[in-house]
Amino acid sequence: MGHDLMGQIVQYIQSYLSSDQTPGAAGNMFWVLVYILAVFVGLSIAVIAMNWLERKILAHMQVRLGPMRVGPHGLLQPIADAIKLLLKEDIIPAEADVAIFWMAPFMVVLAAFTVFIVVPFGPTHAVTDMNIGILFMLGVSSLSVLGIVMAGWASNSHYPLIGALRSSAQMVSYEVAMGLAVVSAIVMTSLNASGTGTLSMIGIVQAQQEQGVWFIFKFFPLGLIAFFIFAVAMVAETNRAPFDLAEAESELTAGFHTEYSGFRWSLFFLAEYSAMIAVSSIAVTLWLGGWLRPFPNLLNGSTWDLIFSLFAGVTFLFFAAMCFFNAVRMPKHPFFRIQTIGLAGFGVVLGLIGLVMLVPAVRIRVQDIFWFSAKVAAFMYLYIWYRGTFPRYRFDQLMQMGWKVLLPMGLGVLILTATAGLWPLIQHSIWHP
Amino acid sequence: MTDSNTLAHLDLETPEKPFLDANELVINMGPQHPATHGVLRVILRLDGEKVLGLECVIGYLHRGVEKIGEHRTYTMFNPYVDRMDYVAAVSNGLGYCETVEKLLHVEAPPRAQYVRVILTELNRLASHQLWLGTHALDIGAITPLFYTFRDREEILKIYEKYCGARLTTHAFRIGGLQYETYNGFEREVKNFLSFFRPKIDEYEELLTTNRIWVERTKNVGIISAKDCIALGVTGPVLRASGVKWDLRKAQPYANYKNFDFDIPTCQNGDTYDRYLVRMAEMRQSVRIIEQAIEGLPEGPVMAKVPKVMKPPAGEIYHSIEAPKGELGYFIVSDGSTQPYRVRVRPPSFVNLQALDLMCRGQLVADVIAVIGTLDIVLGEVDR
Repeated sequence: MGHDLMGQIVQYIQSYLSSDQTPGAAGNMFWVLVYILAVFVGLSIAVIAMNWLERKILAHMQVRLGPMRVGPHGLLQPIADAIKLLLKEDIIPAEADVAIFWMAPFMVVLAAFTVFIVVPFGPTHAVTDMNIGILFMLGVSSLSVLGIVMAGWASNSHYPLIGALRSSAQMVSYEVAMGLAVVSAIVMTSLNASGTGTLSMIGIVQAQQEQGVWFIFKFFPLGLIAFFIFAVAMVAETNRAPFDLAEAESELTAGFHTEYSGFRWSLFFLAEYSAMIAVSSIAVTLWLGGWLRPFPNLLNGSTWDLIFSLFAGVTFLFFAAMCFFNAVRMPKHPFFRIQTIGLAGFGVVLGLIGLVMLVPAVRIRVQDIFWFSAKVAAFMYLYIWYRGTFPRYRFDQLMQMGWKVLLPMGLGVLILTATAGLWPLIQHSIWHP
Repeated sequence: MTDSNTLAHLDLETPEKPFLDANELVINMGPQHPATHGVLRVILRLDGEKVLGLECVIGYLHRGVEKIGEHRTYTMFNPYVDRMDYVAAVSNGLGYCETVEKLLHVEAPPRAQYVRVILTELNRLASHQLWLGTHALDIGAITPLFYTFRDREEILKIYEKYCGARLTTHAFRIGGLQYETYNGFEREVKNFLSFFRPKIDEYEELLTTNRIWVERTKNVGIISAKDCIALGVTGPVLRASGVKWDLRKAQPYANYKNFDFDIPTCQNGDTYDRYLVRMAEMRQSVRIIEQAIEGLPEGPVMAKVPKVMKPPAGEIYHSIEAPKGELGYFIVSDGSTQPYRVRVRPPSFVNLQALDLMCRGQLVADVIAVIGTLDIVLGEVDR
């Protein structure tokens, strides 16, 4: 009997493997849980890596070294920080509205993590494939502003209140332009034989695959402009520099999270970075071909497919080589022995991952995820670059840009995209009435 | 009302009324705040984000420097003045030494004068660099800070080699200099100048044409020349409002009349103009230092001054153009070894008075920009 149950379970698990759908769409709860866990762990690792990378990249832009003490080249710094934040005293101000104060960070984290249910890392690599995927993503990710407003209100203090007000005003001004840009990309998905578009995240990428062009290059320069509008709006949406008004350090000390400390503060931090990754994945999905490899038309054929599928492994091997190179360059003093061994060990781990990714069976399955992550990583670098380069916008200038520049541009692009899409039809009806 | 140099037309007592009689929000900005440059406390009255009026509360860094002066001999008080404007300590020392020299009817020898000019102008560069970095940081550009601090380091290295201290240098003595310049001083200053000239372009590249920077600073914190004069505002703030007033030209001290340089001015009196004026001043300082290094004469560096200084009874006011504006010393001597009264006219303190006027009707973010552009040092405001 027990053996029978085991067999059924194994069969249930195996039944998904031959499927070409996402686990959610196939209705296999075991694999849904596995995917959720994988996304959660992967996201946490990505946030930790982003923390380290942001400090290092920003530091090198600013002629300094960044973290160097905890672990080789400060690699363990985020972990040390996480431990520090967890051990800190949890302070709730006496005048705060405790229930809302308590709920706010969870609200933000919930919004930031839930959107990853529909993010397509590959044709089957998503928790589920909703037919309203993009609406779900935009809707849930805008919930994070509710958490920010709750935090600002519940703190019962002036700086957080102003931060929360700014954040909500910012959100209202940029959501509209962002939505218009998204709609113009969705319009593009309907340019097929049946003339029906899709809101599914996977469907959008597949539409780009079928049409043989990433939507950023479609109807040049319309796709590019829509992408640009989205790229500006998404920085505003995530409250990052140069639109980091809600937490403008030099004006509002820390904005909406002024009164937060320790673990609750780290939740805001976690949410900010996962929200950055989330909106970047929307941009990648809508305009940059999602999981598709670059140059599908220019460099096609099985040889190029093979070369591009090797990229994932080669990238990890390159990182491993960088680790070894720096391990060799480490000072030879006994003080640095542990650090040198640690760096070399890290290189060995990366190298092994890289070698595993070169195995044909693995690399076919992993290449989608790799290209998607690589594109998102490029956006992450842009975020850091903005922060190192731009001064901060002022509140009214930001609203002005949202309402007076991006919104009309978004409307214009939408109308022009629709016209361009219908152009063959219009032409037909003009010349052959 | 015929005299234009009064404050009567500026009603600074009553704040403006909020829109539709909304509740006004009173915020304490400081004394612990990342952008108030020390321990300035600003009580902001806000209507939403709009500033209705503000009030500065100062004195958190009061150390009684002027009172200390009454209990120290003229020589002993010299290092104390460095602690007022600690980012431009050399200028403070120059002002004090020249005032006492005037009281004693002594003049520093030419070589000392030239070295003084070199060190003071280097100090102006250091002060403006610190201003630029922190001002940009306040507006949200974090990178220029590290660039300016990297280059300021080279100036501090020259100070360290010259007198052993980097910040509160105590570089000058009454009657000249205590130390002859070290070996290779001229070469190092020249090297610094050729290193620094392209760096100014580098700062400008980051900011001058940066769209966000221009939007954040243009038409922010405007003050007219008339109001500047009425409030006693001096230095780059005054010059950015279109008044060509620089004590180095207007009342030449040290030997500034020997050098050829321009006084940069602008017309609008907004934050962007003050930025441009200071950037241009850096270039002019480089010019002055170049000429001083070329013409550096040989000779003694110390005039003949008595070991125990007993200036004749009397009073004197002498002011110099510090990086932040007119820095004046008023010293009353009763003929003893200690001053009867020392009064300092610090530029930061006087310039800070204009904050309310400049911030009225602007947004919270502009208050930060204006505090940055006034370039105040709280050590000097509170003394």
